[in-house]
Amino acid sequence: MTIDILYFVVALAVMTGLAVPMGMWLARTFTGTRHYLPERWTYRLLGVDPDKESGWKGYALGLVLSNAVMMLLGYALLRLQLFLPLNPLDLAPQPPHTAFNTTASFITNTNWQSYSGENLSNFSQMAVITFLMTTSAATGVAACAAFIRGLGRKSADTIGNFWVDLTRVIYRVFAPICFLLALFFVWQGMPQTLDSQVVASTLEGTEQAIRIGPVASLETIKHIGTNGGGFFGMNAAHPYENPTPLTNVLHILSMLLIPSALTYAFGTMLLRRRQGWVFFGAFMVLFVSSLTVMYSAEQYGNPLLAAVGVQQDLPVTDTGGSMEGKELRFGISDTSLFAVTTTSATTGSVNAMHDSLTPLGGGVTLWGMMLNAVWGGDGVGFINLIGFAIIAVFLIGMMIGRSPELLGKKIEAREVKLTMLAVLAHPIILLGFTALAVLWPGTADNLNNFGAHGFSEYLYAYASGTANNGSCFCGLGANNPFFNTTIGLAMLFGRFLTLLPMLAVAGSLAAKRTVPASAGTLDTATPTFAVVLVSVVLIVGGLTFFPALALGPIVEHFQMLDGQLLPGNIQ
Amino acid sequence: MSEQISIIKGELRPVLVSALFFMLLTGLAYPLFTTAVANVLFPYQAQGGLIRVDGEIIGAELIGQPFTTPGYFHPRPSAVAYDAMAGYGSNLGPTNPKLTEKVAERVQAYRATNGLPEDARVPVDAVTASASGLDPHISIANARLQAARVAKARDLPQERVLGLIAEYSTPRQLLLLGQPRVNVLKINLALDALQRQ
Repeated sequence: MTIDILYFVVALAVMTGLAVPMGMWLARTFTGTRHYLPERWTYRLLGVDPDKESGWKGYALGLVLSNAVMMLLGYALLRLQLFLPLNPLDLAPQPPHTAFNTTASFITNTNWQSYSGENLSNFSQMAVITFLMTTSAATGVAACAAFIRGLGRKSADTIGNFWVDLTRVIYRVFAPICFLLALFFVWQGMPQTLDSQVVASTLEGTEQAIRIGPVASLETIKHIGTNGGGFFGMNAAHPYENPTPLTNVLHILSMLLIPSALTYAFGTMLLRRRQGWVFFGAFMVLFVSSLTVMYSAEQYGNPLLAAVGVQQDLPVTDTGGSMEGKELRFGISDTSLFAVTTTSATTGSVNAMHDSLTPLGGGVTLWGMMLNAVWGGDGVGFINLIGFAIIAVFLIGMMIGRSPELLGKKIEAREVKLTMLAVLAHPIILLGFTALAVLWPGTADNLNNFGAHGFSEYLYAYASGTANNGSCFCGLGANNPFFNTTIGLAMLFGRFLTLLPMLAVAGSLAAKRTVPASAGTLDTATPTFAVVLVSVVLIVGGLTFFPALALGPIVEHFQMLDGQLLPGNIQ
Repeated sequence: MSEQISIIKGELRPVLVSALFFMLLTGLAYPLFTTAVANVLFPYQAQGGLIRVDGEIIGAELIGQPFTTPGYFHPRPSAVAYDAMAGYGSNLGPTNPKLTEKVAERVQAYRATNGLPEDARVPVDAVTASASGLDPHISIANARLQAARVAKARDLPQERVLGLIAEYSTPRQLLLLGQPRVNVLKINLALDALQRQ
């Protein structure tokens, strides 16, 4: 227990330490005026002038169109899998509804997988999955760069050049980190080969076919880009995706690297470092509270299993806790930190079966995706937090009777309306689709668990899709036309209905004059503001989602403590 | 309107070219280059950490196998019977009656197989299915409880088997990370090697 807490402290300290150099590097990437040689070649190939910036509409146009074409390209490659190379196992192509869901999933940085990774050829794993993982994450970071620029500029009508941001993020940030980290991962035991399977004859004389492939190169961008889609169906619980506890913590740090560094990059670019740390602190408070609940719930274990003779307390030679759906090398602590990180940083990879987490542990993962602003995914998490900050200054302004300001800009009706559009889109899509799925005839046949936990399976699917997370309560059989279509739409709406209004906010803020700070200005770079911000996140998130959580994980928690099994006859 | 059309026209080339170009670069060049370098630096790991005995592949260090005979250490339960082409967990929720029934059966079976008393509590990892269904490890407590059975089946002194467990226990990585554990395939290989001597 002590060692687990020490582990959490060290991991979070390392993350904080990494946020500074990485944030400085990101700030230089976003603001540098020099174009390096490979970048100049790329701009010439694309036919763009790197020094010509555009307003938020032009920026958004490039973003949406390029994402649409990449999605179509990925769809075509998935459907043509049989005719493309590196498919010695003759794996069949995905049917149309699955391929739509998969490409929607990967272009929105969600990485929900209704298919099992074992059924993609090595070519598809590289040319579709690895490709879309890189570009979707770069899109998110680029949007965040434009957003921060918009916040910082005065009376400006441009917020940046999408092609420059996209190219730079891939060349200067993703490429070097992913390549080096991939080699480190291989050293720790991850395969990186073009072979598709090996057949072993086991010690007891049976045959065991083992799927292998180019795993490490996919794994690095999966986490650096807060993507989360696994090479294998079992994602980062699979020993080949996550061979050692060291790779596990590197996965965790990779997921948090860019989202946490963006707060520092923001502080650096706007010369408001204290403000950056205030946002960082607000993230951290929310994160640590989630982790505390998760770890306690999982280590406490499942009383229903204790009753049939299972040892779940903590002798030194055993993990204790609730181990159904967990890997022994990670135990409770490494699993808890991973699960909280992946749902907070909306990555969506898993190193345990979230469906088998204890009710409160599962509830914490849902909570992270519902708030969608505790670190959040690459770029968009930070944008969401600023959205909440705008709401916070607006509420404070209403309470104390001052016109609200953020970062020296007046927040007016247009910004508040656009932000509310983004803030409201999230719960409407999430809860709306959940309600639709619950009512839709026949969907309950796809559940693996029933009662309160069955409801959680529905809720998790749409929380994951809308928040662009991608993890699952995987008991839900989602590879069918209804779920593929609705979750696919939830992912696309969830991504673009929050990203585009916030880009509009950035454009609108960039056009404003900066108001000099006066005695009447509310200082947002203070711990007090961090408290207000956390409260706004909790109240908006809490009030919106509490009823749904009460029907799922909370009721199940009390059933479990009370020793009640779900009635078997519902099935 | 014509101005907007010309803006979209201007975006057409970068939109089309960037999709193809970044697909080739990040989807093919990057993974292929990484494959080449990784296979030069770490050929054993890059090929999946395959263990060979007398030139024949008998398994992978990281992928568990479904041992059932008494003379071998047994792995954790698996929802997919250690099918390494389709690893998966049970996805049973904590209050699902199927979970409790399965675990209760496994507890009984574990006690019977290892000659434990009726009321002995069983280490949690021995009776719960792992996430991947391919977990290569068991806890040290679990291994120790199996030692008597393994020793008896192989006609070895129990201390010898316990010693082997100590020898094959992996501690926490860097003192902090992960759980102390025993790799089932490796210790079973060691048992075979011991008997051959």
